[in-house]
Amino acid sequence: MPDSAVLDIMTPSVGGQGAPDPLSMRLGTLPQGGATTAARADALARLRAMGLPRPRDEYWRYTDPAPFTDATVAAQAVDPAAGDPPLFSDVDRLRIVFLDGRFDAAASDDLTLSGISILPLSQAQAEAGHWIAGAYGRLEAAGQSPVPRPFAALNTAAATDGVVIHVTGRAAKPVQILYRRADAAADVVCHHVLRLDPGAELTLLESGLVGARGNLVIEADLATGARLHHIAALRAGHPRVSLTHLFARLGEGALLKSFSLSVDGAHMRSEAVIDMAADDAVAHVAGAMLGDGRQVHHDDTVFITHAGLRGESRQVFKKVLKNGATGVFQGKILVRPGAQKTDGYQISQALLLDEASQFLAKPELEIYADDVKCSHGSTTGAIDETALFYLRSRGVPRERAVVLLVLSFLADALAEIDDEGLRERIAERLEDWLNTRPAAVG
Amino acid sequence: MLEIHDLHVKLEDEDKQILKGVTLRVPAGEVHAIMGPNGSGKSTTSYVLAGRDGYVVTQGTATLNGQDLLAMEPEARAAAGLFLAFQYPVEIPGVGNMTFLRTAVNAQRKARGEAELSAGEFLKLVREKAKALDIDAEMLKRPVNVGFSGGEKKRNEILQMAMLEPTMCILDETDSGLDVDAMRLVADGVNALRSPERAFLVITHYQRLLDHIRPDVVHIMAEGRIVKSGGPELALEVEQNGYADILAEVADA
Repeated sequence: MPDSAVLDIMTPSVGGQGAPDPLSMRLGTLPQGGATTAARADALARLRAMGLPRPRDEYWRYTDPAPFTDATVAAQAVDPAAGDPPLFSDVDRLRIVFLDGRFDAAASDDLTLSGISILPLSQAQAEAGHWIAGAYGRLEAAGQSPVPRPFAALNTAAATDGVVIHVTGRAAKPVQILYRRADAAADVVCHHVLRLDPGAELTLLESGLVGARGNLVIEADLATGARLHHIAALRAGHPRVSLTHLFARLGEGALLKSFSLSVDGAHMRSEAVIDMAADDAVAHVAGAMLGDGRQVHHDDTVFITHAGLRGESRQVFKKVLKNGATGVFQGKILVRPGAQKTDGYQISQALLLDEASQFLAKPELEIYADDVKCSHGSTTGAIDETALFYLRSRGVPRERAVVLLVLSFLADALAEIDDEGLRERIAERLEDWLNTRPAAVG
Repeated sequence: MLEIHDLHVKLEDEDKQILKGVTLRVPAGEVHAIMGPNGSGKSTTSYVLAGRDGYVVTQGTATLNGQDLLAMEPEARAAAGLFLAFQYPVEIPGVGNMTFLRTAVNAQRKARGEAELSAGEFLKLVREKAKALDIDAEMLKRPVNVGFSGGEKKRNEILQMAMLEPTMCILDETDSGLDVDAMRLVADGVNALRSPERAFLVITHYQRLLDHIRPDVVHIMAEGRIVKSGGPELALEVEQNGYADILAEVADA
């Protein structure tokens, strides 16, 4: 697509001779890439060929791309007293801290850990001959077909920092990427690259406040039998504009479990692009989301491609919406010719706590093999009055009963977290949020 | 204890009168049974007393120890001592039975101005009560009623009753779907709770349950009214002759 066409759509009134194109304005000054320079140049070329998304694009019909394409972002006040979210604070983990999207060595733990090597992207790319040169942007590039994901290419081109992790064995403890912010107008672009060797295992936690706007990419390459558990929980109550992409490629018998928790925020889209090319791979992506208010728009977009034999994939997404919040789910299972015995499952459900909120779901199955099991379902409903009455008849006040029923609704998504301790922490946090902000649900 | 006077109730969504003047008095320490054919208004009576949405009281009163039940929210009725054992206990996936029980017990204690039970006190109490009902630890850990058999669900209702210690217990067809052994277990649970301070209203289709929970008074309900009241022998009469004779007798009178 030529840039001029993008320009016509993107700047209908302020365009004109000599005006810089919106893509250049959006990109600003690109960082020096070191070992990733070539990959960044490729990404920029991809991005220029694709152009930025327009609201008419098939995959942007339900979510306005403008907050992501705007050249600047509105500042969001930083509360210095807020501190880090307590979610994983009592988990024995290795913390990698990013402040306004840049690695904060002083605040981070010692990056030495058995079974794993960790470097900030800014350092890895400065090392001549580092493997990142061949890996950076590769899964993102592969994930651009058949559906273009321009903001991921933008991220690859423009990322200021990130973390580069090579897991060679079983990581001795979970690794946490903790985002902090100080600049009210921080426009964060982070790119993380994970490489898991055969049989390697890692639990990756993500939490904190990314910035006024965040564009995060994770590329995860799982070799034979590797296992990656990923839990992302971005901070509640913060009017963030956030776009995340998880690109994963699974080797034979590899396992990926990714769970995201999202509470409030403003304009959010979370994409997962999973390539199950090898046999016997397992991928589960799940999400629980609570949104209160007209400003909340949350979109989960998932694309899982089965090409290997006996692949198993699950998508489980639950959204609780109130006071005009919007939830979007676009989930696709593509089964390529020959991917026999694929077992694909997809469920997206919304609990609407009033009539002002809405849920838009687009489940898609595209199957080119004849011996597969694929199912999908999507429901939109209100609180079950019978269950509510049951709880109240036992003396549970209405507000508290609604909290219990919201937790009940989200339980299937939380069940996708393997680690019982982490699952309970997420459940407890959810309950805290619901109890301390009863207005959010009741 | 429970006083219902000339209660008229219609459905909220359609112009259909279900209760057409129910009058009933259950004194403390007594067990009353309501029997009657399908559609006579037995379950509606229990729902209206417990405060379920969807019904409109057009006339009459219902009080518990002098308190106007009909003016209270369902949770306030529970805190005032009313308990309804459901005909179809509701499954609540993702909420542990223990969490549910503890939330309910402490919510009621709080509403009555009593101190909440600590985790330890609660655990001790629930283990003791569960044991008597043959409810094992595994069942307590599972989500509320999820995957429970019919008998387990009803035992779980009685466990809730035992934990909440209500003064007025309404059992809505608690015998439905139970085999003989399960019914005896449930009946034993109920009998263990009988006391001079507590009253029961047992709604049932069949005499069977009343062999195990001996009622003081049996009421026959038909077309939204109590048409006949008597002793336990009335239940036997129903068992032997069905409702037709009684209804014909009432119609003739």
